[in-house]
Amino acid sequence: MSVETRGAPRPGPARGPHGGRVGADNPGGANPVLIFWIVTGWVGFCLLPWYMVEDGLWSFRWLVGGYPFDTDYAPGAFLIAQAEKLWLAPLLIPLALPLLVLRRPKSDPLYAKILILAGALGFGWLIAQGFGIGIRGFSYDWLRALFGEMDARQYGMGYGAMICATAFLFLLTQGIAARGAINGDVFVVSTIGGVIAIVTAFVFFPIAKMLFAAFVTEDGTYSLSVFFAKFFDDRLWGLGCLWGARCGAAWNSLFLAIAVGVITTALGLCFALVVTRSGFRFKRGLRALTVLPIITPPFVIGLALILLFGLSGSVTQFVADLFGIPPTRWLYGFPGVLIAQVLAFTPIAFLVLIGVVEGVSPSMEEAAQTLRANKWQTFRTVSLPLMRPGLANAFLLGFIESMADFGNPLVLGGNFDVLSTEIFFAIVGAQYDQGRAAVLAMVLLFFTLSAFYAQRAWLGKKSYTTVTGKGDAGVHPLMPVGLSVPVLTIALGWAAFTIIVYAMILYGSVVELWGVNNSLTFKHYVTAFSVRFEEAGIRWTGAAWDSFWTTITIAAIAAPLTAALGLVTAYLLTRQSFAGKNAFEFGTMLSFAIPGTVIGVSYILAFNVPPIEITGTGIILVISFIFRNMPVGVRAGIASMSQLDRSLDESSLTLGANSWQTFRRVILPLLRPAILAALVYSFVRAMTAISAVIFLVSAEYDMATSYIIGRVENNDYGLAIAYSTTLIFVMLAAVGILQLLVGRVRIGRRTQLVTETPV
Amino acid sequence: MTATISSKAAPVRFEAVTKRFGKDVVAVDAINLHVEAGKLVTLLGPSGCGKTTTLRMIAGLEMASSGRILIGDRDVTKLPATDRDVSMVFQSYALFPHMSVLENVTYGLTFSGFGKAEARSRALAGLDLVGLKGFDARLPSELSGGQQQRVAVARALVLEPQVLLFDEPLSNLDAKLRRQVREDIRAIQQDLGLTVVYVTHDQEEALAVSDEIVVMRNAAIAQIGTPRQLYDTPNDRFVADFIGEANLIACQIVAVEGDMATIEIEGYRHSLPSRGMATGPGTIAVRPSRLLIGADRGIPATVAKATYVGVRMEYTLTGAFGQVFAVHDDVDAPLEPGAKITMSFADKGPVLLPE
Repeated sequence: MSVETRGAPRPGPARGPHGGRVGADNPGGANPVLIFWIVTGWVGFCLLPWYMVEDGLWSFRWLVGGYPFDTDYAPGAFLIAQAEKLWLAPLLIPLALPLLVLRRPKSDPLYAKILILAGALGFGWLIAQGFGIGIRGFSYDWLRALFGEMDARQYGMGYGAMICATAFLFLLTQGIAARGAINGDVFVVSTIGGVIAIVTAFVFFPIAKMLFAAFVTEDGTYSLSVFFAKFFDDRLWGLGCLWGARCGAAWNSLFLAIAVGVITTALGLCFALVVTRSGFRFKRGLRALTVLPIITPPFVIGLALILLFGLSGSVTQFVADLFGIPPTRWLYGFPGVLIAQVLAFTPIAFLVLIGVVEGVSPSMEEAAQTLRANKWQTFRTVSLPLMRPGLANAFLLGFIESMADFGNPLVLGGNFDVLSTEIFFAIVGAQYDQGRAAVLAMVLLFFTLSAFYAQRAWLGKKSYTTVTGKGDAGVHPLMPVGLSVPVLTIALGWAAFTIIVYAMILYGSVVELWGVNNSLTFKHYVTAFSVRFEEAGIRWTGAAWDSFWTTITIAAIAAPLTAALGLVTAYLLTRQSFAGKNAFEFGTMLSFAIPGTVIGVSYILAFNVPPIEITGTGIILVISFIFRNMPVGVRAGIASMSQLDRSLDESSLTLGANSWQTFRRVILPLLRPAILAALVYSFVRAMTAISAVIFLVSAEYDMATSYIIGRVENNDYGLAIAYSTTLIFVMLAAVGILQLLVGRVRIGRRTQLVTETPV
Repeated sequence: MTATISSKAAPVRFEAVTKRFGKDVVAVDAINLHVEAGKLVTLLGPSGCGKTTTLRMIAGLEMASSGRILIGDRDVTKLPATDRDVSMVFQSYALFPHMSVLENVTYGLTFSGFGKAEARSRALAGLDLVGLKGFDARLPSELSGGQQQRVAVARALVLEPQVLLFDEPLSNLDAKLRRQVREDIRAIQQDLGLTVVYVTHDQEEALAVSDEIVVMRNAAIAQIGTPRQLYDTPNDRFVADFIGEANLIACQIVAVEGDMATIEIEGYRHSLPSRGMATGPGTIAVRPSRLLIGADRGIPATVAKATYVGVRMEYTLTGAFGQVFAVHDDVDAPLEPGAKITMSFADKGPVLLPE
């Protein structure tokens, strides 16, 4: 049995040394996974500081600062020994309980019962005491009434508490698995439990806290009428634009999102077709070009559009001079936001669609051709329908991204109000109305969830499995000529437009002062990124370095975690069936449907008080990125996994691999394109996100985007654009490196063109 | 170091096993089954009869809703596939497209406690056994269908499982290859003494490879027996018709003496085993090759259709009894359609259906 030390719980059935499999019932030896989590629980309780240490999670100053007796740094066991925080003492019972079943076989009913009891008791008590007792003693009036005033207080959970909670959770899932849930598969049950726990903690909990704000009156009590007053606001639902006035923010958002979803899907499909099904010679260039917009902070595209089409933009001026058309402000409002969002989100649609378009089994298309369908009929009746999951996913992503986008409407919106900016102004504006923000968030949520269900209804129950266990020796046919000409025209036209927009960004970064003094200079770069070489080493003297390194670090931490969580979730959703799967899927997609502004505000509301007290740390940024970007990993994973035939998993299982090994050795390698997409996307998004970040940054952890926005607010456009340009190049490099690392999946399909050599 | 592949064949036992999907779809209804160690048993039946579900329950890919499943003397009813000592050859082969042939075959061995070198030599031995020496570095997509199939067999074989399962393994192969591969499978099974459960809907394939055939119908077992028993003494119309072609003819049982009975059709009398039937109306099943044409005494019939298929003639005969299908070895002097003949039965062959 190969020994894996890293990674999630590994339920390994004990095997005899020579092939014979000794089943799950092995009375002699204790289950190694069980031992691992019991030990983990005790380590968390006896060795690690129970509460959050002030210097942050990465600082180990506590080791020399009075540990283990100083109550700020003491582990739970030492606290109790010093008669402090006695409410932690009951945790000893669930910690000790699992020791009783160490030598019992899994099939013993007592094994399951005791583990469930211990896990549920420990986890439940940890949560209950965390919420019950806060920085001012009891957190709730009824507790105070019941037990009297409490002098003691506690802070946010730290290493010890977190690790203890994890151990309890996985003891619980092992108990549930031992009872026979999901064929007794510990890996699957544990993964489901883990995902549910963290999604609840970092999505449902903050959102619930935020939504309760919708019913709060000014004096702090709850009321329905407050909600309705804010809900039936004309600024939200007005239909004035039908007769020339202004529409409500809800309608604006909806129209915009549908338009963006349709256009980005169509454009993404064009690009995907050109790359996979045409003889076009510069596919590589096209592929790289489509990646450009997502590695760009969203407001930068807005700025570039202003430089081009604004009142004093280059194109506007040129057209005005040439044809005598007076410059107008047409860009500010629906058209501008639409163009900017389509520029920004087409690559996402492309990333989703390229996997699906490549995944359509060539033998299906070849089969169609042998059935006397011509190229066009083949495309229309076989290729396109098989791409339906991809098309639906791409539309959904475009729709939701548009709904949640904040940067572009802020820069280009003018009088065109959309929900996401309204939420922002409801909270940071003079009105400071949490309730209104919450109501707007509910409307937004309603739209995005409706789109989600519409997509599922459209896909229905049809099977789109095309990669089967048999090696596929076919070749993708080229597009029919009637299709390839318009597709190529659109793709190239759009590519040219993209190049112009980026040229403007590059140019803008080396201009002294746009529109006033057009002389070329590198001074913006020098201000931001100067370094001095001294004897002691390099000194990062530029103004941007601090935020730059913070951003890189946080993005690098968040990306693999996001990809892992997303793909594991996708695996559970496509390959396992369990009670409440739909609710599970809904929960994991929820954070994506909520705009960053709402996430930002709700995180601040939820996580600046115990038990999870992480506001102002780097962790809150990492966590917000993970849960904001995880749905993309989930979607990409689902789209690719639904094209892998189940017999691959099944044969791996019958060959003696357990579900974790199957996931790691069969599913993951076949999912490399999806992994790459998820990694790239989450890294890049972490570097370019603005909407949630702007609420969550602190002096110590400032991110590049919020720094740039600060520069823009000071009218320091040169530095802002220079910094953005640098970010673009850094992310390009990162994407390149990732592509090399992950490599291309070897399915051994013959390719149409010899020029396509594997990277 | 050369490894050889041996067998740890174990019997399989089903005790009142039922599988329900959802609330009211019964895929397998309370079946009892015993597969002896070292035997090749075929599950045969039309599609939707529950044979694949039965196979997947042995593999542990489906869990029985009730009843017990034993492999060897171990109760595996609740064990998932991973923990059962069973391997399976899939209809689609399910070769991992991202792994080479050798990696595919080694895959299961790495989970069975073998060192790298040993796993490799066993895998190579397995490939050798199926005649794919030297193909180890290829990708599955670089192999023909038959070769892919043999890789799938090798991958399952090298684990020396207690039970080896085949899910319609030949359905993706052409007819000639099919005969060869099935002979190969049978030879390997007999050489190594493997317990094999084999699913197919092709009765000829079943007859050719099996020690025992389990005919299934509507989620239940219709009949279990050796190929010969099923062919010669089917229990009912369904089995008679499913295993080989059978002509079902209504008759009168006019006398029963001991275990022999005499039947009469249109005045023609024939004596055959009674199979516990009493006098009265009955049905006999007669294989096409057991219908004799042109005897002195018999049932009058007319040739409706005559087809030359090379090795023999095929005739469709009509008469008062209905329509039957007969074959005749004489291809040199074939009968013309419309010819009046007399039809009789061979001494052995016709069988009464106990219904």
